[in-house]
Amino acid sequence: MAEKKAERKAEEKEEEPRIGVYVCHCGVNIAGVVDVKEVAKYASKLKNVVVARDYKYMCADPGQQLIKDDIKEHKLNRIVVAACSPRMHEPTFRRALEEAGLNPFLFEQANIREHNSWVHMKQPKEATEKAKDLTRMAVARARRLEPQQKPKVKVERAALVIGGGVAGIQSALDLADMGFKVYLVEKSPSLGGKMAQLDKTFPTMDCSACILTPKMVDAARHENIEIITYAEVEEVDGYIGNFTVKIRKRAKQVLEDKCTGCGLCAEACPVEVPNEFDQGLGVRKAIYVPFPQAVPLVYTIDDEACLGCGMCEAVCGPEAIDYEQKDEVLELKVGTIIVATGFDQFDARRKPEYGYGRYENVITGLEFERLVNASGPTGGKLLRPSDGKEPHRIGFILCVGSRDAKVGNPYCSRVCCMYSIKNARLYKEKHPEAEVYIFYMDIRAYGKGYEEFYRQAQEEYGIKFIRGRPGEVVEDPKTKNLLVRVEDTLLGLPLEIELDLVVLAAGMEPARDSEKIQRLLRLSRSADGFFAEAHPKLRPVDTLTDGIYLAGTCQGPKDIPDTVSQASAAAARAAIPMAMGEVETEPIVAFVRKELCIGCRICERTCDFGVITMVDRKAHVNEAICKGCGACAAACPTGAMQIRHFTDEQIYAMIEAALREETEEGGREEVKAEA
Amino acid sequence: MAEFEPKIVAFMCNWCSYAGGDLAGTSRLQYPPNARIIRLMCTARLDPAFVLKAFAEGADGVLVAGCHIGDCHYVSGNLKAEKRVKMLKKLLPELGIEPERLMLRWISAAEGERFANTMKEFIALVKKLGPSPLSVSARG
Repeated sequence: MAEKKAERKAEEKEEEPRIGVYVCHCGVNIAGVVDVKEVAKYASKLKNVVVARDYKYMCADPGQQLIKDDIKEHKLNRIVVAACSPRMHEPTFRRALEEAGLNPFLFEQANIREHNSWVHMKQPKEATEKAKDLTRMAVARARRLEPQQKPKVKVERAALVIGGGVAGIQSALDLADMGFKVYLVEKSPSLGGKMAQLDKTFPTMDCSACILTPKMVDAARHENIEIITYAEVEEVDGYIGNFTVKIRKRAKQVLEDKCTGCGLCAEACPVEVPNEFDQGLGVRKAIYVPFPQAVPLVYTIDDEACLGCGMCEAVCGPEAIDYEQKDEVLELKVGTIIVATGFDQFDARRKPEYGYGRYENVITGLEFERLVNASGPTGGKLLRPSDGKEPHRIGFILCVGSRDAKVGNPYCSRVCCMYSIKNARLYKEKHPEAEVYIFYMDIRAYGKGYEEFYRQAQEEYGIKFIRGRPGEVVEDPKTKNLLVRVEDTLLGLPLEIELDLVVLAAGMEPARDSEKIQRLLRLSRSADGFFAEAHPKLRPVDTLTDGIYLAGTCQGPKDIPDTVSQASAAAARAAIPMAMGEVETEPIVAFVRKELCIGCRICERTCDFGVITMVDRKAHVNEAICKGCGACAAACPTGAMQIRHFTDEQIYAMIEAALREETEEGGREEVKAEA
Repeated sequence: MAEFEPKIVAFMCNWCSYAGGDLAGTSRLQYPPNARIIRLMCTARLDPAFVLKAFAEGADGVLVAGCHIGDCHYVSGNLKAEKRVKMLKKLLPELGIEPERLMLRWISAAEGERFANTMKEFIALVKKLGPSPLSVSARG
C-alpha cells in the first residue's frame, strides 16, 4: 500500500527517492570493529531505503555488480555506500551508477573506515553507533541529491613543465615527441639541474654530464619545446585544459638570439664571484654561463655583481649585450602542468656536531662531486680545502639530515648510501692506497645492481664500513685533521679515527621555493614537506588538482632512474587529457535561485574570482570559471545562491541527521537486511 | 549515571582537514568517537546558519576545520570561514552558548596527528563544559 501511495505521489511531484544502502566490510578493516550487519539492518529501517545490504568488498567487481543489479531490480534512484573515505572510492562507485544508467551524482558515501573503524578500534560499540549515524546522515543527504551534468571543457594541447632538471627535461621530451607543445621553464640560466653538477652516477659509473647533456641538447633542438630559462612562474590561473600562466623571464642583459656563447665577454669581465654551480668552491665572472655545456649557451649578466664597466660590451662581436634589457612577462595558455622543481641539499650547518662551515676539511657530497669533476674548480683533483694537499684518509658520514628527527627530517633520502659508496669507490680507483671509511646506520642498496655495487666496494675496493652514527667531528687546529668519534655498533666499541677529509652525505630536502610553488598551484605537501601525490600507490604522479602532475624529487627523494621513470609517467598522465581534447570537470559550482535573489550583490563582493555579475538586477554565475568554494552561498542572505551538490537543504539534512534519529515512520514492505 | 558524552558536529573542507582525518585513519591514530563530520568542499561554504542549526538541533560543540592560511585550495576560503567563526563567537553568548563550544582549527592533509589531537582536545573541552544549554532542552 505504502508503495503504491508513494508511486502516485512520485507522479504528482518529483520522483520519490528509492535508496539502496550498502555497508562494506572491507575485509576485517571495518567489520572487525563495526557490527556491519547491524548497521545494514538499521539502515533498512530508514525512510526511503528500499534495499540495505552488507558485503565483504563493495569496491570489488561483485560489490559493484550488486549495486548495479539492485538499481535495475529495485528501481533504485539513490545509492549510499558506507565504506572507506569518499576520497578513496567515490569515483569507483559513481562509475558503477553510471554503468547502471543512473546519474553518478545520485551517490553518497559514508566514511566508516578512515573516520570510524580505524580510529575507534577499541570501541566497537561506539563505532557501530557512529557508523549508524554516519549512514543515517548519508541517507538524509542522498534523499535530496540531484542529478548533475559534468560540463565538458576543451583542453589546450600545450603543457607547462616547471623545472629544467633531468625530470623536467624528460617530461618535456616525452610530451614533445607525442606532438604536444611544451614550455619548459627553468629558474637558473641553464637546463641541467642537480644532475649536471654530479660527476659520475651509480652504479654504472656513467659520467653524469655525458648522459645528461645530449638530453639537454635534444630539448633545445626539439621543434615542440620552447625553453624559457632564467624565468619563474608568477601566476597560475584557470583549471585543467585551460590554465593561464604568467612567467617572469628575468633580464639576462644578453640578447638570446644574438649571443653565440663564444665566451669572450667572460674573459674580459674583471669581476669574480663564487660559482653556485661549483657550490661556491670555484669562481665565475659577473657575466657567465653556469657550466660549459649550458643549454641554452647564452651568457647572463649577474646584475648584483656587475660593475657596469662595459668591458663585455666592448668585446662582444655580435653586439649581444643589452644593459637596458628589462624583465619580460609572458602569458602562456596550457592544458596541463608538470611540476619538476627538484630538491635542495640539506644545509649541513644544521648538524653543528660535524663542524661543516667551521672546519675547512669537512665538505658535503655535492662539493665532493664538484671537486672530483674534471670541469670542476680543481680540474678533477680532490684537494683538501685547508692546504691543497691530496687527502689520504677520507671518511664519509651517511644520513646527515636524513633519518634524523632532531633536524625534523625523519625520512630516508634514498640516494646518500649509494652516492657515498660511489664517491668512495671513485677515490679508491685513483688512490688504491687511500684509507676510506663509510660511517653508516644501515646501507640501503635497493636498486638494480646496487647491492652488487656495494658488495664490490666492500670486498674488492677495501672500503671500510663502520656501522654507527658519529657523535662528533673535532678538528685539530694545527694540522686541520679531523677526529671522528663514533661507536662501532657491531663491535660495541667506541672509536676515534683521524681523517684528512670528512664528506657529509647531506640528504634531500624540499626545494627552498616549494612553498611559493605550492601556493601558486594550490598543491598539498606531505608531512616531509615534499609535494603530495594524489594517492601514494595508485596515483603516484597526479596531484589533487586535475591537470597538474609531479615529476622527480619535488615529490620525494629519489635517484636518477626513478626520477626519469616518474618524469615519463607524468608526461604520459599529462598527455591523456590533451590527447582526448576535452575533459569533464566537476559540476560543483554556484547557481542562483532567481526567484529568491533580491539583487543585494553581497555574493558579488564575496567572490574572489570575479565569477558573479549582475544581470537584470539578479546575480548571474559564470559557471566556466566558478571554482565552487561556496563563499557566495554562505554569504547569501536569502538562500538564492547555492552550490550544486552542496545545497543548503542537503547540508541541513545532514546536520539534523547527525543529531537525531528519524521520527517519521520508516521502513517499507520490501525492506530487507541481507544476512 | 554514565559519563556525559558530548555530541559534536564537525564541518571540514575536502582538501585539507577531511583528508587529515583520512590520514589519522590510515595511521590508526585513536581518538574518541563523538564527532560527526560533514564534508564541505571548502570552509568558505560554511554558512553561519549551519553552526546555529547544529546548536539548535542539540550539538554540544561544533568544530570547523580547514586548510592552513595560505594553503586554501580556493586561495582565501579559509579566511572567510575565520571571519564568520569570529562573528559567531560574538553571537553565541547572546543565545546562551559558550563561545568555546565553537572551535576553528587549521589542519592540513598531512596532519593526521593534529587531527586526532584536535578531536581529543575539543571533545575533552566540551565534556568539561557539560551539555549545551540548548542541547538539554532539545533532549527534553
